[in-house]
Amino acid sequence: MTDGITNILVVGIGGQGVMTAAEMLARTALNQGYDVKKTEVAGMAQRGGVVSSHVRFGPKIYSPQIDPGEADLLIGFEAAEGLRWLPYLRPSGVAMVNTLRLTPPIVSAGLYDYPADPIASLASAGIEVHTFDAGAIADELGNSKLVNTIMLGAISDYLPFPSEVLKACIVEGFRAYKPKLAEINAQAFDAGRAAGH
Amino acid sequence: MNAVVHAQAENRHLLSGNEAVARAAWEAGVQVAAAYPGTPATEILENIALYPDIYSEWSVNEKVAVEVAIGASLAGSRALAAMKHVGMNVASDAFMTQSLAGVAGGLVIVVADDVGLSSSQNEQDSRYWGRFGHMPVLEPADSQETYEMVKQAFALSEEYETPVIVRMTTRVCHVKAMVTFSGERTAHHAPGFQKNPQRWVMTPANAKPRLPLMHQRDRMLRAVSEASSLNEVFKGSDRRIGFVTSGPAFMHVRETFPDAPVFKLGFSHPAPLDRIRAFAGDVDTVAVVEETEPLLETELRAAGLNVRGKDVLPRFGELAPSVLRPAIKPLLGEPYEVPARPQSSVFPRPPTMCASCPHLGPYFALSHIRNLNIIGDIGCYTLGAGHPWNALDTCTCMGASLSMAHGMDKGRGESDEKKHIVAVIGDSTFLHMGMQGLLNMIYNRGNVTVLLLDNRSVGMTGGQENPGTGQDLHGLPAPRVDFAKLAEALGVRPERIRMADPYELPTMVKLVREEIKMEEPSIIITNRPCSLTDRFEHLKSYEVLEDKCTGCGNCIDLGCPAISVSRRETVTAKSGKTKALVFARIDANTCTGCHMCVETCAPEAIVQPPPATRTIRIHPHD
Repeated sequence: MTDGITNILVVGIGGQGVMTAAEMLARTALNQGYDVKKTEVAGMAQRGGVVSSHVRFGPKIYSPQIDPGEADLLIGFEAAEGLRWLPYLRPSGVAMVNTLRLTPPIVSAGLYDYPADPIASLASAGIEVHTFDAGAIADELGNSKLVNTIMLGAISDYLPFPSEVLKACIVEGFRAYKPKLAEINAQAFDAGRAAGH
Repeated sequence: MNAVVHAQAENRHLLSGNEAVARAAWEAGVQVAAAYPGTPATEILENIALYPDIYSEWSVNEKVAVEVAIGASLAGSRALAAMKHVGMNVASDAFMTQSLAGVAGGLVIVVADDVGLSSSQNEQDSRYWGRFGHMPVLEPADSQETYEMVKQAFALSEEYETPVIVRMTTRVCHVKAMVTFSGERTAHHAPGFQKNPQRWVMTPANAKPRLPLMHQRDRMLRAVSEASSLNEVFKGSDRRIGFVTSGPAFMHVRETFPDAPVFKLGFSHPAPLDRIRAFAGDVDTVAVVEETEPLLETELRAAGLNVRGKDVLPRFGELAPSVLRPAIKPLLGEPYEVPARPQSSVFPRPPTMCASCPHLGPYFALSHIRNLNIIGDIGCYTLGAGHPWNALDTCTCMGASLSMAHGMDKGRGESDEKKHIVAVIGDSTFLHMGMQGLLNMIYNRGNVTVLLLDNRSVGMTGGQENPGTGQDLHGLPAPRVDFAKLAEALGVRPERIRMADPYELPTMVKLVREEIKMEEPSIIITNRPCSLTDRFEHLKSYEVLEDKCTGCGNCIDLGCPAISVSRRETVTAKSGKTKALVFARIDANTCTGCHMCVETCAPEAIVQPPPATRTIRIHPHD
C-alpha cells in the first residue's frame, strides 16, 4: 500500500458474484471512513465475458482505475482469470485465487487452450499466492452461491481493517435483505478465512 | 466540489454516477424523465423509476425520449432525457431545433459516452453536440459532481432557456463513489404551456429571428462559464506543465501529477477562454487532457494558445494514469519507460450467448444454410457473428438491418446474384428504428427475408421492457404490440408472416429455407423469452449418456455455453479417411432444460436424468 491507499482487483466471469464482492469491500471501506471508488467494465459481462472490478480506498481517491503493477490484492474467482490479471499485482501484493476452472466455448471448441496448470504458473510468479477450492467449501456448506462470501473471508486478514468489520458488513446486509442466509454466510466467511492462510 | 470525507455518516452514500443523476433529478423537482436503454446510461432511468413522484418511461427510441422531455418542458415542467452516445445521433433531429426555440421548464439531456467501446459499435465524443447545437455542456468527473451538476443544469437551463447537456462517460456512470446529499426534493411549479407561435412553431419565418438570439445566448453562456465555480483552478507547486482537463480525465491527471497546476473544466462548453489564458500564463507548458476528441485543444489553439495534447496523447480510448505517464513525462524532459512486467497469455473470453438463449435456434438454422448475406443489427444477436455460428455479416446501427438488406438487394453485385438476403433484428431494435425499414422495403417492392427475434426484452442491456413485452419501466402491465399484425399493417402479406418457436430447430431451418425462396418480403417472428428474464421458465437439466454419444459434434454447433467438449478422438474409416470425433458433456448447473440440443442429437444421447434415487439410511440407534 502506498500513500495509505489500498488497491483491490476482483476478477472472474460474469455471474460469479465479482461485482457483489467488490461492492461489499467498497461499502465496508466507506463505513470505515475512507474515500472509496469502485469501477468495473462489465457491459457484456453477463454473457460469459471477463469481469474485473477495481476497488480503491484511502484518505482521498482520484482515478478509479488500478494500473498494472499497482494492485495490493488480487482476488481471482477462477484460476485462469487469476493468471490473466496477475500483471496488475504489485511484487509485494497478495493473490487469492479460487482453483475453479471455467472453460469458455472457444476453448471447448479447440480454438484456444486452457492453461495447463494456472495455479502452478501463479505460484512460480514470485509473489504471495494462496489458492484453494472455494466451490468445495461452498458445497460442504450446502450452497454453491456462497463462493463470493468465502473469497471475501479468505482475503479478510490482508485488509487494513479488521476481518470482523468486513464480516459484519456482509452478515448485516443479509440480515436486512435475506435474513435466512445470514448465518450460513457467516459460516462461509469463517471457512474462507481459514482457507486463506 | 469533491466529496466531503467527514460528512455525517447517514448522508454519505456509495453511488454510481447513474444513481447520482437519479437522486439529483429527484431533488431538482423533475416531473418527467424518459430514455431508451443503452450501456452505460441504462441505470439512470432504472433509478429514476424508483422515485414515484417522477413520471418516468422507457421511450421507444432516444429521439422520442427527447421529444417527450421537450413536451414536458414546454408545459413548464422540469424534464430529463438520458441516453448513450449513439442515442444522441438518433435524438439530434429534435434537440438541434429545440435549442433554437429554447425551453420553458428546465430540460437536461444526460448523455453517457462509452469511451473505449466496452459495449458499443463506435466511440463518439458527445461534447460536439454542445458546439453543434449551441447548448452548454457540463462534465462531471465523479458521482458527487454528477449529483451537484445535474441540479445546477436545471437552474442553468431555465435561466438561459436552453437545453443543457450533462456529458458523462463509463468511468462516471459506472464508478461507485461517495456522495454527500445536501437536500431533499424541491417541488417545481409548472405554469403550463404558454401558447406563443413565434416562439414554438419553428417555421422559417419564426426560426430565423431565433438565430441571433441563440448566438447572443452563446455569448452570455461564455460569460457564465468564465464566472462559474464549476471551472476551478488547482494551484500546483510544479509549474513546468499545467493541465487543462475535464470529466474523469481530471482524476487521472491528479492521480499521476499531484503537484501540477490544473484547470479543471466542469462547465466545459462554452469554455472560459479568458481564465484559461491567464492560467496558461502561469505555467511553462499547457497540456490539454480530454476524452476523446481534441475539442478544447482545438479551441485553445484557435484562441492563440500554444498547447500540447493529442500530439502526445492517444486520439481514442480511455485515459488512465498508465496512459498519461508515458505521454507526459517526456514533455518534462523525464524519459519514461513502461516497467517490464510478467505478461500472462491467457485465452480470450469473448461474450457468448446464454444457455437456452432463444437466438441459438435461428443462428443454428442460419449457420446451416448456404448462400446467405445476413445483415444484422444491434443486440445480443450481434453475437451471431462469432463462433460457432459465423452467421451475421454486418452490424452498423439501431434498425439498420432491414434498410441495409433492402439496399443490398437493390444493389446486388456479381457475387450476390444467387444469394438470399436476410435481415436479423430483435424486438426492441425493431420497435426503436427497424419498423421504418420494413415499411420502406414493402413500399419499394423489395425482397428480403426478415428474422424478427422477439425475446420480449432489451436483452443486451439487462432485460429492460419495451412495447413488445407487455410491461412498462415500472414492471406494470402495459399494452403489448402484436408483431404479426404490425408487420401485416406495414404491408407484409399474411402468408409471408411466419410465427416460429426458435427451439424447434428443424422447423426453424425449414421456415428460413422456405421464406428465402420467396420473391417478396417475408418475416419470421420467433416467440421465446430471453432466458435471463423472469419470463423464462427453467426446466430440469439434461445430460449426455456417454455410451450413446457418437462424437458427431452436432450439439456443439448449437453454441450453447452449457455444452462443452468432454474428449476428442480421431478415427480412421475403412476407406482410410480420418475423422475427428467430438464428444460432448452438459454442465447440469448451466443447463436450463430448453431441449434445443436434444433435436441435434440423432443417437438420442441427450436425456433428462431420472429423479435421484433416494437412499434411506437406517440408523440402528434411532
